[in-house]
Amino acid sequence: MKEWFAIIMGASLLVLMIPILYRIVVGPTGFDRILGVNVIGTKTAVILVIIGTLFDRVDMFVDFAIAYALLNFVGAIVVSRYFNRTVPLQEMEKPKSRPRRRARS
Amino acid sequence: MIECIASTVATESANSPGWFLVHAVGVAMGSVGLVFFLGTAVGMVRFPDFYTRMHAAGKGDTLSTMLMLGGFGLVMMEDFSLSSWLLLLKILGIVLFIFITTPTSSHALMRAAFEDDEMPLGENDLEKRRKSRRGPSAK
Repeated sequence: MKEWFAIIMGASLLVLMIPILYRIVVGPTGFDRILGVNVIGTKTAVILVIIGTLFDRVDMFVDFAIAYALLNFVGAIVVSRYFNRTVPLQEMEKPKSRPRRRARS
Repeated sequence: MIECIASTVATESANSPGWFLVHAVGVAMGSVGLVFFLGTAVGMVRFPDFYTRMHAAGKGDTLSTMLMLGGFGLVMMEDFSLSSWLLLLKILGIVLFIFITTPTSSHALMRAAFEDDEMPLGENDLEKRRKSRRGPSAK
């Protein structure tokens, strides 16, 4: 029963990842793509636990799942910070119109 | 008395009714998580706006992952040995980690999108989109 539950669950997870893959491919903005990658990465942690069930080495694969969840979180945070700081090239060459904040004495 | 019950439970095989109940609860949690992930997939394809898609992805993804991992942790339990308790503890650690980090990353992405001047759809945009979709089909 355990093996069949794992197989059915993993197969349906893979099938349900296809619409999110569609959103990654045709997403209008870059943020949609990052969101889809984030969702798929979170589900990959679940799939790693399922693979561990099928191989009877869950104690090892659970550690992989922890590492993957951590990497996924760090990737999402890094990408969001990168988009936050992005400035177009034309504006970068212009002199700054905003007055600089005075340093605190 | 309690020790006696614990020892009998520990020596029981995995096919006994008690473990069957635990495994049934695990399978039910996994199936409910699958339903929530179906909601996430449908929402990410059909919603019109980045912010609504993020709504579907953030909520459904967090809850479905937690339910699935918790269900697998219950299905994995077969005896009261130390290694199986450790396994359940590790899986609950992943659940706690995802419970904290997925809303955080959704929040960071939403903030980045808002500061990058990605505007949410208003009523006028929806009306315009509806008209443009109806136009070619009316011809």
